[in-house]
Amino acid sequence: MSAKLRPGQTAEIAGPKHAMVFPKPTVVASMIKRAKRPLLVIGSKAPEIVTDDGDLIDYAIKIGKKGKLTIAATGHLIGEFKKRKAKNVYSIPFMNLGDRLRDTDWNGFDGKGHYDLVIFAGSQYYMEWLVLSGLKNFAPNLRTISLGNLYQPNASWAIGTVNHSEWMSILKEIIENLEEKK
Amino acid sequence: MRHIISIQLFNYGRRQRRTLSKKDLNIKIDELESSLGTIKGLEIQIGRITDEEWEEPMGPTPFPSVGTFRDWDKKLLNRYKPFYMPLCDLCCLCTYGKCDLTGDKKGACGIDQKAQQSRIVLLACCIGASTHTAHARHMLNHLLEEFGRDYLLDVALNTNVEAPHIRLVCGYKPKTIGDLEEALDYVETQLVQLTAAAHTGQEGDNLDFESKAFHAGMLDHVAMEIADISQISTLGFPKGVSEAPLAQMGFGSIDTKKAVVMCIGHNVLPSVDIIDYLMEHDLFDKVEIGGLCCTAHDNTRYDNRAKILGPISWQLRYVRSGIPDLVVIDEQCIRLDIVEEAEKIGAPVIATSEKSMMGLPDRTHDDPDAIVADLVSGRQKGVVILEPRKVGEVVVKTAMAVSPKRKEFKEPSKEKLFENMEKCRGCLECVMACPNNLPIMDAVKACAEGDLSLLSELQPLCVGCGRCESACPEDLSIISYMYAASADQCKDECFQVRVGSGAITDVEIREVGRGIVFGEIPGILALVGCANYPKGGGEVAKIAEEFLKRRFIVLATGCSAMDLATTLDEEGQNLYEQYPGVFDAGGLVNVGSCVSNSHITGATIKIANIFAKRPLRANYEEIADYVYNRVGAVGIAWGAMSQKAASIAAGCWRLGIPVIVGPHGSKYRRNLLGRKDKEEDWITLDARTGDDMYIGPVPEHLFYAAETIEEAIVMTAKLSMRPNDTTKGRAVKLSHYIDLSKKYYGTMPDDLELFVRGESDLPFTMKVELLEYLKKKGWEEGKIGMPDPTLLDRMIRRKK
Repeated sequence: MSAKLRPGQTAEIAGPKHAMVFPKPTVVASMIKRAKRPLLVIGSKAPEIVTDDGDLIDYAIKIGKKGKLTIAATGHLIGEFKKRKAKNVYSIPFMNLGDRLRDTDWNGFDGKGHYDLVIFAGSQYYMEWLVLSGLKNFAPNLRTISLGNLYQPNASWAIGTVNHSEWMSILKEIIENLEEKK
Repeated sequence: MRHIISIQLFNYGRRQRRTLSKKDLNIKIDELESSLGTIKGLEIQIGRITDEEWEEPMGPTPFPSVGTFRDWDKKLLNRYKPFYMPLCDLCCLCTYGKCDLTGDKKGACGIDQKAQQSRIVLLACCIGASTHTAHARHMLNHLLEEFGRDYLLDVALNTNVEAPHIRLVCGYKPKTIGDLEEALDYVETQLVQLTAAAHTGQEGDNLDFESKAFHAGMLDHVAMEIADISQISTLGFPKGVSEAPLAQMGFGSIDTKKAVVMCIGHNVLPSVDIIDYLMEHDLFDKVEIGGLCCTAHDNTRYDNRAKILGPISWQLRYVRSGIPDLVVIDEQCIRLDIVEEAEKIGAPVIATSEKSMMGLPDRTHDDPDAIVADLVSGRQKGVVILEPRKVGEVVVKTAMAVSPKRKEFKEPSKEKLFENMEKCRGCLECVMACPNNLPIMDAVKACAEGDLSLLSELQPLCVGCGRCESACPEDLSIISYMYAASADQCKDECFQVRVGSGAITDVEIREVGRGIVFGEIPGILALVGCANYPKGGGEVAKIAEEFLKRRFIVLATGCSAMDLATTLDEEGQNLYEQYPGVFDAGGLVNVGSCVSNSHITGATIKIANIFAKRPLRANYEEIADYVYNRVGAVGIAWGAMSQKAASIAAGCWRLGIPVIVGPHGSKYRRNLLGRKDKEEDWITLDARTGDDMYIGPVPEHLFYAAETIEEAIVMTAKLSMRPNDTTKGRAVKLSHYIDLSKKYYGTMPDDLELFVRGESDLPFTMKVELLEYLKKKGWEEGKIGMPDPTLLDRMIRRKK
């Protein structure tokens, strides 16, 4: 367990408040299912992350579809989602997204209200670290989850530092446990 | 009898009535009739002689103080609100602490997290600005001593506005290098005030901290200008692009048969004396002088026989190559373990600045031959010499004497360089320590089994920080492995770099001013800053090329100006060879070193003054208002690393110039972001009528960290739009924005309706397609106004 609490870059130590590590993947799935307005944020490294049947974008699309999540594609990633005909995906720079998430008056991409759970994956480690730090400090009511395989101390919850194969099985299990919402 | 007497009292940073002191007094009598006679146009200023040749009346803000531009800054900060991302949740600056500031907690002094983050931003900007100011002070003091106070400033060909920042901020026109002292005194005084504001129990509001950071940035550009125009004037540097020849860069540019001197840092003075010594003694065929970081640029500006070894990220790699026979350090961006590293290759170190003495003995007053003897024998691994003339002699004599003794180091065997790599434990510490999490461990393991390809591929991506080695429990020399894996290729690398041209001339400004202000030249892109790239320096060349093809004016300085030389086309030519070195559409200009950044912002100021005839003298707000609303300039510091980069950026922000940084730039702890979804944030005044008008989100951000190069490219096109664009100009800019979005995002921009003011803004060839798109978005013709834009009430010509 201690290895899981090690940040993805040696010196990226946060302050006194740091992320809890999920005991098991089913907890992630049930948190997503319980959320009223969840948002999945996919970063620019996603195409480089190889999965069993594609890359992290494919996993993101599955999570988005099964969990009925809105997806925010950061960097220049939107084209990849469009190519794969994913729906409910919005393009936004990572910094802008962080800025809006800390604004309680922001009503989301669809104008229907602020998000209550934001899940991050596929971002540059240190950028995600910083955006999560901004949210930890200035959006105290927002719950955040890091689905990356390197521990993100500034999230509310994180998978923690795990190797690639373990990470992939965790993601698969999360997807399997996300029943399609009606 | 008529008495018209105005009395202006100046203090640095204030223009108000106050208790008189000698330095403050300025009495101006426009006309006085008395029993003694008539006096007209008399101005007496105690402390300095007012320049009588500059007819322009004094503007409203000479020598502005810390709070003078607070209102202007807050206008910008209200539109571009800071998004803070603490790099540390604690404050540990006083003995009350550490204090936990997470969320809504406060420290023992009462500070909150926002204020703490902005305080750190201010401190970074103060450090950066102080560094350039100290550089300028060292430079100016030396040049005053050598050339005298009355040495005339001669900055650029056919140029009257020789010092736009000094004129704009301080309100006077320097004619000699002695005249620069007053501006430098002012900058130093203000920086002390700013640093004091960061003390415990002083400033407590985040936006006031931000305003002070802007002030530090503005001062920084004055200081950089002083440093560069004094050296241009006295040292014979190029005075514009027509005088800038090509110089050579890279490992392959060095003739290793000669004694090799490696100069690291930013202050050219020691190198000047080394070059002078080589010339005086006709030794250029026996000694090679190369530089790393900005000293390298300025060496080539002095004499283009000097070589640019590379950007800051090549420092450790270059030492490990064993090529340098002697290392000279001046100031800034020096690896702090340089003495230890140089000792490993048997190369002595000569420190030349009191700011970077590195624990070495001060031999300034010793006999040069005695110093040489101690260095050559190895009795001393390095020395401090603060007298430049002595530096030249000791450096050349030592390098020539040491070189023949260093054969074993100069060409280290691959066996030696690859030593111990089989000891890799596979612990991943190197990967976790790497700023870019490069797959170092896999590459080292593969290399140990004979496959050099992975390490060789990492070489151009490595920022050269050496954290991997520091983290390695086996103390493996990973940087040496990377060099060794690609040494054969490195040794052949020789690139052409156009020598830094210095200030943009008045003639060039006149020729392009209209095109820039009306948007017909789509923008000015400045590629500046350090080499902390996420994916190597080649990305800078990719950005530059994209905008050169699109006929932007592309300027470069510092490490970025070096890195964009390293990408070659199929014919083996780099961008300096492919594109003209002119300040015009589609031109690529290497402006010079870090301190030359002042000429980039200076060019935008000169556009407002020379092209638009806006008063320059102590008229900062109006000029900034002009630049912000009309000049489509964007800065990209793709590898920004230092506090100097922060203060350079801050100087751009106060002038309203947006700056994009690479992903590592997010570690500056905050972005200044506009909200395009909030129409109320984008209301501006129409100077013709005083009416409020919605202008759309242009430019959308003031300081912005991009996640990928593709994002940075598309954002650059977007940030080049200004409310003043003509319809033709906006159509050109929109066509680039749309085209780049399609190219890099694979899709149309999703916010196009925010930038189209009327049908005439639409690029002609895409009009039908775009109108259909806009219709779906509910776009309305005329919703976005085309005012004579200003944020300043005083610029309104006819108030209702």
